[in-house]
Amino acid sequence: MVATNHDLILDVKDLKVSFFVDGSELKAVDGASFQVRRGRVLAVVGESGCGKSVSAYSILRLVKRPGRIVGGQIVLHPKSGPSIDITALQEDAESLYALRGGRIGMIFQEPMTALSPVHTIGNQLSEAIALHRPLGQAAIEAEAISLLTKVGIAGPAQALKKYPHELSGGMRQRVVIAIALANSPELLVADEPTTALDVTLQAQILGLLKSLKQNEDLSVLLITHDLGVVAQTADDIVLMYLGRVVESGPLRKVLKAPKHPYTRGLLDSIPSRSVRGKPLPSITGSVPSLKEIPSGCPFHPRCPYAVPGRCDQGSAPQLSDFDAEQRVACLRVGEI
Amino acid sequence: MAADLSPSSSIDKNLPDPGSAPPSALLSVRNLDKHFPIFGTGILSRRVGWVRAVSDVSFDVSAGETLGLVGESGSGKTTTARTILRALTPTAGEVLFRTSSGVVDLAKLSEAELIPLRTQMQMVFQDPVSSLNPRMSIEQIVSEPLVIHKLAKGPHLRERVVSMLEKVGLRSEHMSRYPHEFSGGQRQRIGIARSLVMNPSLIVADEPVSALDVSVQAQVINLLSDLRRELKLTTIFVAHDLSVVRYLCDRVAVMYAGRLVEIAPTEQLFEHPEHPYTQALLAAVPNADPDVPMVFALSGEVANPANLPSGCSFHPRCPERFDLCEQTRPELETLASGGSVACHARSPKRTLPVLDA
Repeated sequence: MVATNHDLILDVKDLKVSFFVDGSELKAVDGASFQVRRGRVLAVVGESGCGKSVSAYSILRLVKRPGRIVGGQIVLHPKSGPSIDITALQEDAESLYALRGGRIGMIFQEPMTALSPVHTIGNQLSEAIALHRPLGQAAIEAEAISLLTKVGIAGPAQALKKYPHELSGGMRQRVVIAIALANSPELLVADEPTTALDVTLQAQILGLLKSLKQNEDLSVLLITHDLGVVAQTADDIVLMYLGRVVESGPLRKVLKAPKHPYTRGLLDSIPSRSVRGKPLPSITGSVPSLKEIPSGCPFHPRCPYAVPGRCDQGSAPQLSDFDAEQRVACLRVGEI
Repeated sequence: MAADLSPSSSIDKNLPDPGSAPPSALLSVRNLDKHFPIFGTGILSRRVGWVRAVSDVSFDVSAGETLGLVGESGSGKTTTARTILRALTPTAGEVLFRTSSGVVDLAKLSEAELIPLRTQMQMVFQDPVSSLNPRMSIEQIVSEPLVIHKLAKGPHLRERVVSMLEKVGLRSEHMSRYPHEFSGGQRQRIGIARSLVMNPSLIVADEPVSALDVSVQAQVINLLSDLRRELKLTTIFVAHDLSVVRYLCDRVAVMYAGRLVEIAPTEQLFEHPEHPYTQALLAAVPNADPDVPMVFALSGEVANPANLPSGCSFHPRCPERFDLCEQTRPELETLASGGSVACHARSPKRTLPVLDA
């Protein structure tokens, strides 16, 4: 990808995150590299166990024991000031706290668990603001009201006094987004922000994220498994399988001309692309457990193009340039 | 529900039906209500209201048909499905089920009378983890229905279990294993095998593929589709994923706030949705093709079934509402196109005087 540091806001290089359980190492993320470009939405897509959420959590250094970042770099390039290698920060460094909820905001999947049930919305929003900005009580409240207005909550002053259970699911997710935006972050990490919502609410929240991206000058890292959501919101896409990036590039190119057999398989399994009555194309087998990652290309046991003696041996194929924008990790990339 | 404007609600399997199903209906649901009481706080709590989860739902399912039941959370689709199978007791209405020995009203039967009928109607659950007992082997899980209903024993029992497992794509050596040894997709296959092992005529599948990954979801959809054909199953398929519904179902019923708002053959519903809510619901589904933009304008949220709006429950969000919508609830009416819709703006009798309850 030809991008200078000025275009990039986040550069994840060869990230490795492992979980140490019962004396064995489970490689949840095994050498993933991707970049978020300034002002754009990067979608990281994959099925359960592909490492997409662990990658997102690593950016805020939220991976908990027994998990640990064991290699690679996550570099944030802020608009002003020097670049920061997030992986190198101390666990309790002030600079790490300043990033979380400051320069980087996070939206979590389940609004009911992301919010505290025993604190009011106002309480939780004010906390997020006060942690980063030394403002007076009145200024904080004014700020909280303007944030709730921004995310489309009618009657923001009343909403501040309410508890999460008094709000509907869609309103709760708007509050979670307001908290993520509390300190005008440059980067927003959204982990399955609409998965717990109904389609009509999902459409509203996706619309909100789109308009925020434009108005607030945000860059977004969107984690999702839903290719429909990706197609409607992202600019760039990264596909992960078993902790590795298998394909990346601009959204349209990847969705219209996928190069990796896994990307093709995922796109083909969407029922709306198929004709009723005909069998739905599917990927055989299921995602293997991290305890038994296949040798060679991790996808080879499920791949219709796998060649015995070639795809099933050695180390996993590296992500390499297909052209100036699209990158693929497949040994047979030119042949299939 | 003071004014019942539907043509008839007598027990008759040949009843003319709003969904225009043929008289070969295996299941006829008539004016089904399921209301849950809300109690106040305190020791001697009084009932302070009702959650009207399902109200006045009527439809037919013909033999061999797959009917999709769609809607958002709180629409009553799952409650409808469970009430049909009498996992819940209906508040009112009829559930006419054609058994091998005649038509029965499931809504009126006692628990004891229902037991023998359970062999003919079964459920497939959403969550393949919590719906399988972790302490039972696959053989025990799949054979249990046959054992309970004393339908088979000994080598014959084993034979039926093996052949059922093969039908769902599992092998006989899997029989001695336990649920945790299987992936999500395989567990859902086990759940399907357990539901089908007694050869039921009616299957109610409640979000059977929602918990699965996309690549595995396609396998299970294909399996359901094959089994349906092979075993001539009649299925009620409850789902929120409209692309899955479009692929699998013959007809689709759309629910909003406990009521049916539209029912039509699948392609017609997806190509020409009539009800403004159906139109909004379809528009909200993000297309995986980035060149098909999402055009979505519906504001607000699903109506609260404990405090429903007057008239049409959808009117506060409806872009096409007019005076009548706030006053009178629209009834399901058959359109010339063959589908049925409950909407004043689409009513063929739009010029009729207001019938107030």
